[in-house]
Formats: sequence, structure tokens, C-alpha cells
Amino acid sequence: MSALPFTRRAGVLPGYGLSLGITLFTVCLMVLLPLTALIVKASGVDWSDFSTSITGPRARAAFALSVGASLAAALVNGVFGTLVAWVLVRYRFFGRRVLDALVDLPFALPTAVAGIALATVYGQDGWLGSLLEPHGISVAYTRLGVTVALVFVGLPFVVRTVEPVLHELDPKVEEAAATLGASRVATFFRVIFPTFAPALLTGVSLAFARGLGEYGSIIFISGNMPLRTEIVPLLIVTKLEQYDYAGATAVAVVMLAVSFALLLLVNLFQARVRRARGLR
Amino acid sequence: MSVTVEGLTKKFAPGGRPAVHQATFTAPSGAITTLLGPSGSGKTTVLRMIAGLEAADAGTVRLGALDCTRLPVRERGVGVVFQGYALFKHLSVRRNIAFGLEVRRRPKAEIDRRVEELLALVQLEALGDRLPDQLSGGQQQRVAFARALAIEPRVLLLDEPFGALDSRVRVELRTWLAELHRKTHLTTILVTHDQDEALELSQQVVVMNEGRIEQIGSPDEIYDRPATAFVAAFIGNANVLRGTVKEGQAALGAHALGALGSAPEGSAVQAFVRPDEVKLARADPDAPAMSLGLVEALTRIGGFVKVGLRLPSGERLTVELGKAEFEALSVSQGDRVLVDLGGAKIFVEDYSI
Amino acid sequence: MSATGSDAIREPALVRYSAIAVAIAFLGLSVVVPLASVLVQAFGQGAGRFLAALREPETWAAIRLTLLTAAISVPLNTAFGVAAAWLIARYDFRGKGVLTTLIDLPFSISPVIAGLIFVLLFGRQGLFGPLLEAHDVQIIFAVPGIVLATTFVTLPFVAREVLPLMQSQGSNEEEAALTLGASGWQVFFRVTLPKIRFGLVTGVILCNARAMGEFGAVSVVSGHVRGLTNTMPLQVEILYNEYNLVGAFSVASLLTLLAMVTLVAKKLLERSKAVRR
Repeated sequence: MSALPFTRRAGVLPGYGLSLGITLFTVCLMVLLPLTALIVKASGVDWSDFSTSITGPRARAAFALSVGASLAAALVNGVFGTLVAWVLVRYRFFGRRVLDALVDLPFALPTAVAGIALATVYGQDGWLGSLLEPHGISVAYTRLGVTVALVFVGLPFVVRTVEPVLHELDPKVEEAAATLGASRVATFFRVIFPTFAPALLTGVSLAFARGLGEYGSIIFISGNMPLRTEIVPLLIVTKLEQYDYAGATAVAVVMLAVSFALLLLVNLFQARVRRARGLR
Repeated sequence: MSVTVEGLTKKFAPGGRPAVHQATFTAPSGAITTLLGPSGSGKTTVLRMIAGLEAADAGTVRLGALDCTRLPVRERGVGVVFQGYALFKHLSVRRNIAFGLEVRRRPKAEIDRRVEELLALVQLEALGDRLPDQLSGGQQQRVAFARALAIEPRVLLLDEPFGALDSRVRVELRTWLAELHRKTHLTTILVTHDQDEALELSQQVVVMNEGRIEQIGSPDEIYDRPATAFVAAFIGNANVLRGTVKEGQAALGAHALGALGSAPEGSAVQAFVRPDEVKLARADPDAPAMSLGLVEALTRIGGFVKVGLRLPSGERLTVELGKAEFEALSVSQGDRVLVDLGGAKIFVEDYSI
Repeated sequence: MSATGSDAIREPALVRYSAIAVAIAFLGLSVVVPLASVLVQAFGQGAGRFLAALREPETWAAIRLTLLTAAISVPLNTAFGVAAAWLIARYDFRGKGVLTTLIDLPFSISPVIAGLIFVLLFGRQGLFGPLLEAHDVQIIFAVPGIVLATTFVTLPFVAREVLPLMQSQGSNEEEAALTLGASGWQVFFRVTLPKIRFGLVTGVILCNARAMGEFGAVSVVSGHVRGLTNTMPLQVEILYNEYNLVGAFSVASLLTLLAMVTLVAKKLLERSKAVRR
């Protein structure tokens, strides 16, 4: 009987039919159908158009910027996100609760608001921009600005992925290391870091994936100059505004492929780590 | 009301080993029947099929004369005490007990009266307004009983009801359950892996292993006359000795035991002897070494002494002696003692007497 | 300040203080400063200018459209989320993994692509474009498109909060309710719903915050018709690009307030959940 999809093992809890009906209906209508539209459109695109859309200098520059800035921001968050998670889990200090709540702000704050706020703060007359400009560091309308926006957006991904693992860490393991003669630094790198490294990688990958697709918080600070500060999502929007649906679709498909490949890799890696550690 | 299951079978993974295979037994009306077995033996699955929480792949479940194999859970009228109790954490003790009556839309006055009766029955009158998390394990367990009894069930099904409690509370609650049963006379099926619980509480024991029923009988029958090697080993933490059939007897090293009749010569034999069934005697210093056991370890545990012996065959044997008995024997580590395995139960492979 | 753990495994005070200082400085620069700037820009020229900015008819229309969109998307996703979580947590069936991935998919898709797929579906050149045009129905560059894109983007929120909760709680209490004679809906309303209520409310709040704040996806499908298809975040963009900073930041501060209320509510719910346990 389990040869057909969606046949279940017989149990007694009611509501299987109803919940299956609602879920399948919604997923088909809201997820599968629109994705099919994307695939149908992409497969209808002439191959040479497709490759021009994604290998032209403008597209190449956009991909390079999106990948480069997302990666840089994810790495920055990898370092500082770990530090923030560590401080939140291990230390008790005045204002810890506020700090904890602030970590989630980038999740909750609409991206457009973050975008205009960052653009204003880092603008020439902004609070931080006016401090940095005299030293020759311009953030607004540069690739650095794109990275800064992505650091803002990606922070909670790293903190909230690493935090639970640090929380679960048994202090007895560290005490054992100390009784065996390890220094605090040695304990951190030999005992603690290996424990949360997989979670850190996941968090950094999630931040990276989110960075690739991010739009609202970047477009205000980046200035959107083709070949220089134009990100991939903006390229899609621009092509749509010019009614170049085929071009937009081509770029979108490549971007989707990149982020799915990344997520797939992370999942495979995690499965391997779990297996190697004998979990599940 | 009696409960009869016939040919009950359940497979969880297609192609896998059945969790329960062809289980057939009757739980007599008004008695406590225990399903006893190690974890993974399928006893809980049998209970869940009787409750209607799992659908049987084959076989029937009857409550009295009524075939309820296809009857939905909510219409079976069985009272279930779950492992871990499954109390509704968001409801007070009172509302937990009232739940079954509320969903039946009984009049408020009747519900209130019934709940008070049950609170008195389980001796929790003062705790009716607490939430389950504010109670001790033993108290939660009694709430679970009261909740199951509230719907005036035809039968009471208990899934490891004392499993999560520490040993002192377990023993107390056993006595309490026996008393409760004397008051209610409800047909009860109890699932447990604890043989003391089974032997103390039940009128009938069903021993299960790997999805199959090994033996059905009274506690005394199960203890005194195990039907299979598994039951002999499982009940009473018996020592296992291996040997072969020789001239109609089981040859275990220097010991020859039992009358095996027509058992084929040379077949493998298993003998099970409980630590309190072995008799020891001081050995004559000149006695042949073959029939003696070497005392390897002595451990005093309160009122009795655990003696670790090594037989000439190399097999180890654990023996328990009362303190007085041990003192009379007066042996110490390194001594040799005469070993009498007369109480052993013997099973010839694929053949039993 | 203090640290958790025993004395033996505690870092020296200097290390602890430095770590805390760096963490605070990092979050201060990257989160607090932008947040503060929104409020200063909005209220810097007085509450009167702030209120006047919100009273602009186009801004007012954007607020109404945002509320309408959330009022449709959030209940739909709540019903869906609970049904999907129940299905995945309670039953074993083939295709469960694929279904879970599909439900999570909107999280891993760029908002811009989320908008694009609806344009490709219902836009003039889209799959259903000719059909919709023949019946004179407009979805893209109209309110239905905004609702659709918002619902897509926020689809996983409730399911994501409720599913792990249902999985960790198991179904013992539901089974107990069934043996006591409860019907399916009685089990749901009397046992399941109270069990998941904190997670459910958290999911609804997060779903609502995203529904009201979504920018990329809505931007692609809205067509920016002033007073008609602009939501609050889109209005922020338009006002900002017109150098109407007070206007832009006034609307932005409303959205910031929403975000802060959302966060505080989430924290409070997490705490009461912890206390409950």
C-alpha cells in the first residue's frame, strides 16, 4: 500500500485527509504552479539569448558582485556572529536581553526600512559616513556599501544557528579538558570549536544564500550603477522593467541554481557530519 | 467484561519483522492480565491494538462478545493509562478527569459529582486545582488512573504505568493498584517489563518475546513451569548452562541432570537455574575436582550473599544464599564447593520436556 | 557581570569584558545606529511633521493596502501552517521529505524571483496572461498580485514555528483524548491548540511582520500605481527617491515600530513558553 505517494501507515489520529488536502492544494497552487511557470518560461528561451543574458559583461559583473559581497559579509558574520552567540550564551551582563533581542531585528525589520536607514547613516552627511569619508572610506554607492548591508541582513542567521549548539555544550566536557591539562585557548580550539563548526558553516551558508537574493536593503545604499554596484536581483528587476522577460528568467534560473546547489551541499555535508558522529 | 484477541498481527515496516505475530489470548473478566516481556517484544503494540490506537493488519479484538476490531478508538470505551501518563498539561487535575465526560456533553452537575468521587478514590481531593506539572510522578499517575476511570470504561489498559517512577514509589503504587482493582473489579490489562510487578499483581501472565507469545499462565505456572527456554531465562534472572544430551540425560560438565526420554543423543541442551535454586555443600577435600565449583567472588548484599562460582567446564554460575545459610556453609574465596543443580529447568534445542 | 559554568572553565575577566564590548560595539554599529537614525529622521523635525506626513492621502492608501494584504495572507498561512504541521508531524507517508522542502522553498528564494514567478504566471506575457486578459481580470500590477506574492513569501512562517513543536510534543495527549471519547475537532480545539498556542502565536506574529514589511516580491508585482498598488514599504521607496525624507522615514518608523513590537512579543512568548516547561 505504500507504493503510492501520500499513502500513510495506518494510524488512528484523525484529520489526515483534511490536512493532506489543505497542504497539497496550497503547495500546488502557491509553490509548484509558479515554479512551473518559471521553468516553462526558461525552457522556452532561445539558448543563445539565454547565454547572452547571463554572460554579458553586465550580468557577469552583477554575479561577481553578488557572490563576492555575500561571501565577504557571510565571513564577517561568521566571526562576529560567533562572538555575539558566545557572549549571549556564556556571559551574564547588564543589557544581555536587549542585545539578544537586537540580534533578531534584521529578521523583523522590513528590508526597505533597513535600506534607507543604512543609506542615510553611511551617506556623506550621515552619522557614520561623515566620520569615514575624511579617511577616504566611502561606503554609500560602493561595493563596500553592498557588503555592509549584507552584514546587517545576515547576522541573525549565524547567531541563531550557532547559539543553540553552544547552549547544548556540556560544561563537563570543558572541565574534563581542563583536568587533562588543556589551557582555555586549547580547550576552545580543540574541544569547543569542533563541536559548533558544522553549525557555524550552516549559519554562514544561510547568510550567504540570503545575501545572494537580498534586494530591499541593498538598492538604496548601492547606487545601482551597472557594472559597478548592480546586484543580481536588481538586474532581474531592471530586465523586467524593460519587459525583457526572457532575460530576467534566465538570470533568475541561474541564481536559483546557485543557491539551491549551495543549500544541497550544506545539507549533504551536515548529513555526513551527523553520520560520522554516529547521530541518527 | 473479558477481552479476547485472536491472531493479532502488526507490521510497521513493509517487509520487516512483524512487531506482533499471531497473538491469541483471553483476558478473563474482572481479572488483571499482564503482558510481560523485554522492550521491543510487542507487548505495547498489542495493548495499543486493543485500545484501537493502532489498526491490526490481521486478527480480531473482542470486548465481551462484541467484535471491535474496526471500531474507532473513541467508541471503544476503553480506559487507557499511558506510559508517561499523557496528562493534558494545560488543564487542571479536575479538568483532566472531567475531560471524557465533557466531550460527551454530560450535565455539569453530574460531571462535578463524578470528578469529586474519583478524586476521593485516588486520594487527591486537595489537589484538584493544580496543574499536572505541579504534581509528583506518583500523583500524576493517579490522576491518569482517575481520568481513565471517569468514562466508566469496559476495560482498563495500563501501559507501563509505573515505568517512570523510582523504585520505592513503584512498590507503593503496586499495592495501591491491587487495592483499586479489588474495589472496581475492572478487567485490566497491564503492560510491563518488570517481572515482580507481573508476578505480584496479576491473575494471568502473558509472556511475549519478539512479537510472539511464549507462554500464558498464572504467575505460579510461569515461575515454576516455564514453557520455553526464553521464559525460563527471563523469569528469575536464571543462570544459563550449556551441554549436550548423553544417555537420556543432560550432560553439563560433571553434572548429569533430568530424564530427557527420547531426546536424540548429542543434541544441544540449555539448563536454566535461578541463583536461589542452587544448593551448595562443603566439599570433602578428596572429592574429584570435576563436580566442584571454585568460589571466585563473594559479595554481601544486605540479608543475603551473592556467590560467584566457576564450574570445571569454565562456565560461571551466580548463587544467592541467605546470610544464615552462608554462615553455616562457611566458605571463603578460593575454596571449592559441591554444587547441586537439581532445580534446573532443561530445554533440548527444538525439543522440550 | 558573571559567566555561566564553573570557575575552572571561565575565561579571565579581561577576555570576558573585551568580548562583551566587541559584541555590543558590533551590534551597536550594525543594528542600533541604523534603527536610531530612522526614528531621528522621522521625528527630528517635530511630531507635527511626522503626523502630517502620515496624513498624505497616498501614504494613507498605502497603509490601508498593507493592512488589507496582511489581513488576507496571514489567516490563509495560519490555516495552511497548522494543517501542514499536523500532516508532517503526525503521519508517515511517501513524499514527506519533498513536501517539507517545497513548504520551505519560499524561504530560500530571492524575493525578486518570488515576484517574477507570479509575473510569469499571471502577467500579460505570462502563462495565464491571455486567459486573464480575455476575461478582463488583472492580477499583476494590481492588488491580487500583491496578496499572492505576499502569501507566497510568508507561506512557511507558521508551519516552521508549529512543526518542531508538534514533533517534540508527540501525540500522546491526542491519543489519550481519543480514548476518552473526543472527536477529531474536539481533540484539535481542546488538546492540540492549547499545546501549540505559544508557537502558533509566534508564527502568526512573524508571518504578519513579514507580510507587512515585504518589499522585493511586492515591488516586482505591484507596478507602483500611486494610491492604488503601493504598500507601506513601496511608499517608503517612492518618498525616499523623491527626497521626501520626513515622509519616507515617517512611514519607515511605523514599520520599525511594528518590527520592535514583533520582537518584544516574540521574546515574551519565548519566556512564557520556557516558564510553562
